[in-house]
Amino acid sequence: MKILVCISNVPDTTTKVKFIDDQKKLDVTGIQWVINPWDELALTRALELKDDASNGVQTVTVAHVGLVSAEPTIRKALAIGADDAIRVNTDPADAYGIAAQLAEVMKTEKYDIILCGIESSDHNGSTVGGMLAEFLDCPSVTCVSSLKIEGGQPVISREIDGGKESLTVPLPFVAVVQKGIAKEPRIAAMRGIMAARTKPIRVYEPQAIENFTEVLNYEMPKPRAACKYVDAENAGQLIDLLQNEARVF
Amino acid sequence: MAVLVYPENWDGKFKKLSFELVSYASKVAEMLGVQAVAVSIGSVDEGELSKLATYGAGRIISIENGALKSLDDQAYTSLIAEVAKSVSASVVVLSNNNTGKALAPRLSVKLKAGIASGVSRLPVSTSQFIVYKKVYSGKAFANVEIKTPVKIITLAQNSFEVIESPKTVAIEKSGIQPDQNLLRTKVTDVQKQTGKILLTDADIVVSGGRGMRSADNWGPLVEMAELLGAGTACSRPVSDEGWRPHDEHTGQTGKIIAPNLYFAIGISGAIQHLAGISSSKYIVAINTDKDAPIFEAAQYGIVGDAAKILPRLVEKLREVKSK
Ligand SMILES: Cc1cc2nc3c(=O)[nH]c(=O)nc-3n(C[C@H](O)[C@H](O)[C@H](O)COP(=O)(O)OP(=O)(O)OC[C@H]3O[C@@H](n4cnc5c(N)ncnc54)[C@H](O)[C@@H]3O)c2cc1C
Ligand SMILES: Nc1ncnc2c1ncn2[C@@H]1O[C@H](COP(=O)(O)O)[C@@H](O)[C@H]1O
Repeated sequence: MKILVCISNVPDTTTKVKFIDDQKKLDVTGIQWVINPWDELALTRALELKDDASNGVQTVTVAHVGLVSAEPTIRKALAIGADDAIRVNTDPADAYGIAAQLAEVMKTEKYDIILCGIESSDHNGSTVGGMLAEFLDCPSVTCVSSLKIEGGQPVISREIDGGKESLTVPLPFVAVVQKGIAKEPRIAAMRGIMAARTKPIRVYEPQAIENFTEVLNYEMPKPRAACKYVDAENAGQLIDLLQNEARVF
Repeated sequence: MAVLVYPENWDGKFKKLSFELVSYASKVAEMLGVQAVAVSIGSVDEGELSKLATYGAGRIISIENGALKSLDDQAYTSLIAEVAKSVSASVVVLSNNNTGKALAPRLSVKLKAGIASGVSRLPVSTSQFIVYKKVYSGKAFANVEIKTPVKIITLAQNSFEVIESPKTVAIEKSGIQPDQNLLRTKVTDVQKQTGKILLTDADIVVSGGRGMRSADNWGPLVEMAELLGAGTACSRPVSDEGWRPHDEHTGQTGKIIAPNLYFAIGISGAIQHLAGISSSKYIVAINTDKDAPIFEAAQYGIVGDAAKILPRLVEKLREVKSK
């Protein structure tokens, strides 16, 4: 069995974002790029599944659609433990483009389980995983919080409103993963960092794919009104304000 | 031409979320001068279906089939796509919730339709189709143009009011049936909590952080939530410690919510926490540290010890309630 983990390369979560060129472009100066947190957890889970030989996972591959500048992030995934990597050499214009490029690669490389994160912390699309599954005409399961392999078949748990469902689907399939999929992201050990230098990254040249959407410009959130303080000794007054001023109940 | 909307049902019932979605779709339809068509999948009775007309659905199409009890991404997608084609939908609207996240991207590929997800307002313009959405976990917003003839929008939860614009419509039972070969998701077990207010449904959320000090101190917080009819939530370290259940964890790596009122009690206001709650209409902060970043996001604040303040709030709420 072969597992593919799709990774996106995003600004570190503590980044204060700024825009340039008439608010059209993210100012990348000083930004530290990281593996999207969900993808890091997806990779961790894939490696856990591979660690247990009874699951029959032969390889864990990571895939990224992006320019060579993303290679440090890909190398990090290799250092954490992925066996090899795919990079499609283009700066994608939107999620549709990303999924289409990945689907194109899947015509020559086959995977049994494809893992995507529930959302990428840059454009918060929550779309690449589902799109890829539709391109591949295979099942997808979204909001996956647990993934196991039993008798060569996936055993999945997905979050639904107010609970969860256990389910299974035939292979190949796309799992869009969220909280619970792995506890803590695995970190790269020294040996992994050394090994990552020589692990292969297969670079594919992109297909011509037109973009469906375009970001015209960005806006910063409106500053909120200053906080109104209530004295701790008089805490009950807060309830009056919420009721009569904010009118929220 | 039409705007197609998919209001999901829960065991045959719609929720406020479904009506928000239909209200939104009707307004978009109005902007385009076309009709809003609602498609329902699963077993929903006529009385319930007709509620969709109250919020502006001009046509209601119902697809009923015993095999459609639980969500199958592929089968549901092909049903909605088929309806979209049959009504010549130029816009398809879904919620940005679990189900919408499962179906909207697949629909995008199937209908060759550009998608904008987590949209929080009516389109900025429709001649050039531009929508407004949150990016970078709420640290910024973007005006996004969708360039394809068919457009897909997923609406951010709790971002649009329910608007009544009643229409009388007949309910059409659709003859479209799912392709058995696509029904490949086999649900073996469903575990649901009952009697708890769902965080994503709650208008008011009372949330606690590490400042609650231990698992034993949540009594007054829970009581306050009960008095307010509110949901309870927590910061990540709290669920990591096992003080509260994991499904209460809000933030970038937990649930993303947008209630009318969010109480952040003993929560410092880390950027990853704010990512999950910054779309709340009002934020109230209670914290011993007057410099905690949560006060920058809050409209109301109390500097002080939660252990002392919570009982005072509970007492006051009881008083208000008994009036
Ligand atoms: C990739 C990544 C993702 C993350 N995702 C999330 C996420 O989804 N959600 C999330 O919450 N965090 C997330 N975090 C963690 C986040 O950075 C913070 O560590 C976390 O939010 C802090 O939780 P807290 O505010 O409860 O605790 P603390 O930061 O320890 O704050 C406790 C607060 O309580 C106050 N306090 C102490 N005693 C009292 C008292 N008696 N009464 C009142 N106030 C008191 C203190 O002044 C302090 O402000 C993430 C971190 C990373 C790196
Ligand atoms: N450029 C990319 N290359 C490969 N995978 C990606 C890329 N962008 C997003 N993904 C995958 O899609 C998931 C959801 O991203 P999004 O749909 O952009 O919110 C991410 O968690 C990744 O698994």
